[in-house]
Amino acid sequence: MRLELKGIHKHFGPVHANNDISMTVEAGTIHGLLGENGAGKSTLMKVLSGFIHRDAGEILLDSRAVEFKTPAEAIRAGIGMLHQDPLDFPPLRVLDNFLLGREEGFLQNRAQALADLQKLSQQFGFDLDPDAFVNSLTVGERQQLEIMRLLSLGVQILIFDEPTTGISLPQKIKLFDTLRVLAQQGKTIIFVTHKLQDAEDLCERVTVLRHGKVTGEVARPFTADELVRLMFGQSLQARARATVVLGEPVLELRDVCVADYRLRVPDINLQVRAREVIGLAGIEGSGQRLLLRACAGLAQPVKGEIWVGGTKMNQQPYELFLDRGVSYLPAERLEEGLVPGLNLTEHFILARRVTKFFIDWNAATANAQMRIKEYSIRGTPSTKVESLSGGNQQRALLALLYPNIDLLLLEHPTRGLDFESSMWVWRQLLEQRESGTAIVFASADLDEILEYSDRILVFSGGRVAQVLSAKETSVQQLGELIGGKGL
Amino acid sequence: MARNAAWTLMPIVIGLVLTTLALIAVGADPLKAYSVMWNGAFGNPAKFSNVIDAWIPLMLCSVGLLITFTAGLWNIGIEGQIVMGAIFATWAARTLVLPSEILIPLILVAGMIGGALWALLAGALKVYGRVHEIFGGLGLNFVATGATLYLIICPWKRAGIASTSGTDLFRPPAWLPNLPGLTVGLLEIIVAIVSLVIVYLALRGTLWGLQLKAIGKNTRSAFWLGIPTSRHMLGAFALCGMLAGLAGAEQAIGVWARLIPAISGGYGYLSILVVLLSGFQAIGVPFVALFFAAVAKGSIALPLDLQLDSALGGVLQGMIVLLFVLSQGVRARLVR
Repeated sequence: MRLELKGIHKHFGPVHANNDISMTVEAGTIHGLLGENGAGKSTLMKVLSGFIHRDAGEILLDSRAVEFKTPAEAIRAGIGMLHQDPLDFPPLRVLDNFLLGREEGFLQNRAQALADLQKLSQQFGFDLDPDAFVNSLTVGERQQLEIMRLLSLGVQILIFDEPTTGISLPQKIKLFDTLRVLAQQGKTIIFVTHKLQDAEDLCERVTVLRHGKVTGEVARPFTADELVRLMFGQSLQARARATVVLGEPVLELRDVCVADYRLRVPDINLQVRAREVIGLAGIEGSGQRLLLRACAGLAQPVKGEIWVGGTKMNQQPYELFLDRGVSYLPAERLEEGLVPGLNLTEHFILARRVTKFFIDWNAATANAQMRIKEYSIRGTPSTKVESLSGGNQQRALLALLYPNIDLLLLEHPTRGLDFESSMWVWRQLLEQRESGTAIVFASADLDEILEYSDRILVFSGGRVAQVLSAKETSVQQLGELIGGKGL
Repeated sequence: MARNAAWTLMPIVIGLVLTTLALIAVGADPLKAYSVMWNGAFGNPAKFSNVIDAWIPLMLCSVGLLITFTAGLWNIGIEGQIVMGAIFATWAARTLVLPSEILIPLILVAGMIGGALWALLAGALKVYGRVHEIFGGLGLNFVATGATLYLIICPWKRAGIASTSGTDLFRPPAWLPNLPGLTVGLLEIIVAIVSLVIVYLALRGTLWGLQLKAIGKNTRSAFWLGIPTSRHMLGAFALCGMLAGLAGAEQAIGVWARLIPAISGGYGYLSILVVLLSGFQAIGVPFVALFFAAVAKGSIALPLDLQLDSALGGVLQGMIVLLFVLSQGVRARLVR
């Protein structure tokens, strides 16, 4: 089935996530969709698979305009999507998952489904036990199940969203073989990725997105240079940096390994000194957040030692990290940081470390008023935090930090902020650094990483690259490392 | 303010209308039914003192629940905490031989300890065992009821007979003194009101209260801010259990003068409805509790006077709470 997208637009509030996107994918081909975080890939694919509705534009299947409001309608039209985090039902069995989404009335024909499943398994050489529970499968096996489920529903166009994240190398080879077979059978494959190598190995054509727009479409053979330039753009001139005298070591990581259910990043070694700024680069979900949380005392590393100011901090409670001058600023401001339903005054009371048992509301309001002014937050002491804008929430979070921080850990410090707020945030952070604070921050914005870091740690595909000196690194180099080249 | 009152009164009015329609449907005279209920609750001082008898445990439990609800916890286990309070109080009343002035405070403290321990168990299951407090509490309620039955039939059985009607009466020094000619005493009324005032002020004006509120609204953020969330949750459970245990002790020595199988009287579950209908605010609790107590006691007269089942009271209570919750939902939709 031939797919055409014409002039797709999608806004989320002030954000123009998809800006006039057009692309054509021929039947029986594997087409790559490349871009960094926030480039608009996911939005576009969600529009295509019926999860969200576009503001403008057309979707044509075999030159016929189609319209769908739900993922189920999209599947009926022939478009199915495999999500990065599989949208299956882990507590159910393989066969039950396979049956889900079928439209065959109230009574299901399990015997027929089992036969279908076995036939498909055989065809692709998958080996799944129909009675196994999905939560006992690996991510790769769950992908296989989802592929077969979508095929059994008659899907002609398959979208794969970052399918090579979290699966083993043999499973990746298997997946690529499967995709090639599917293309040979005439299915249309859209392969969303940020990994240059994967795109080069697999795709016939690649469309690159950046800031919600198509920056280019290239056919095989690709050069990494060209793709990186299209993905990340030209870098700004490096800012002249003030020379900073580094202080004592504040944080030391020795052979640290962090992991969650689908990712394992071993052998992280790093020493951070007072007044140093370390940038954690990489596509989101490559382990930066895991490392930041481990350094903040909010999660335990699987292996290795974390030292803060000369004390080993493994297994220590979060309170002790706070006492030691470690602060963490999470990216999800309203989920982990601010308390929706409470106002600014209440937040400032809670964030002060030692205070009297009885609250003096007048003094607290006056204090809040002062902080609001000091941090130029657009709000009043009685403003509930959820009604603040993103930029003002970030200002409020910064205002909540304890004084005298030795180590400040930040996750996407300027995400979702406008230019002015971003500049303001960094001015604050650099002032903090002047007073002796070491800063470790994760960001998906390469310019931000290069502009503010002294040294850079690149996370990619479950590994951490050698620590880079920011002065001697170009956007090009960084882009290739993030894309998994030269690691 | 006026708008708030309207949104609160509307479900009560609709509830009364629907109950009236139900009464008409079964062929009863609604006006007569309501007047029987009214007289059953407020007809004379003795009847009103019965209402206060029910009002006291409702107040104590609701005040406790204000604490756990503030911390975002659904302490369904409050029934079991009442029962445990009564069991501990019964043990004290049966074991200790002391003059009344010392014995009664000791019994009440024993009740509070019993309730607090039982609540801490539900809290520990949640904090350390990842068992949701609704399921933990529900399970512990059954255990507590089972324990009461066992105690009444076996170790604490009445001389000669083992009957589920309860233990022997306590010795008179253990009885809570009543006001002359009434079934209720001054002490428990004062305790109920004082506990409400203290909890109201503590939730409003102390750092502890604000920290509980933060935990209730977003535990992760509260933890991030450095609030010891586990400790505070356990503390909220313990305090609520303490008040529930006090209610249980008061039931044992103030109302029944013995331990009976249904010692909780269902006041725990009912007080969850009281707090819901009060919008989780302390201000409304005494009035809503009084209304519920009056409906509960007033409907007892229905079968005698009108051959209507006293369950009508429960129907009215349940209907109003449902309509109240519904009106909150409708309001949230309309105002948005």
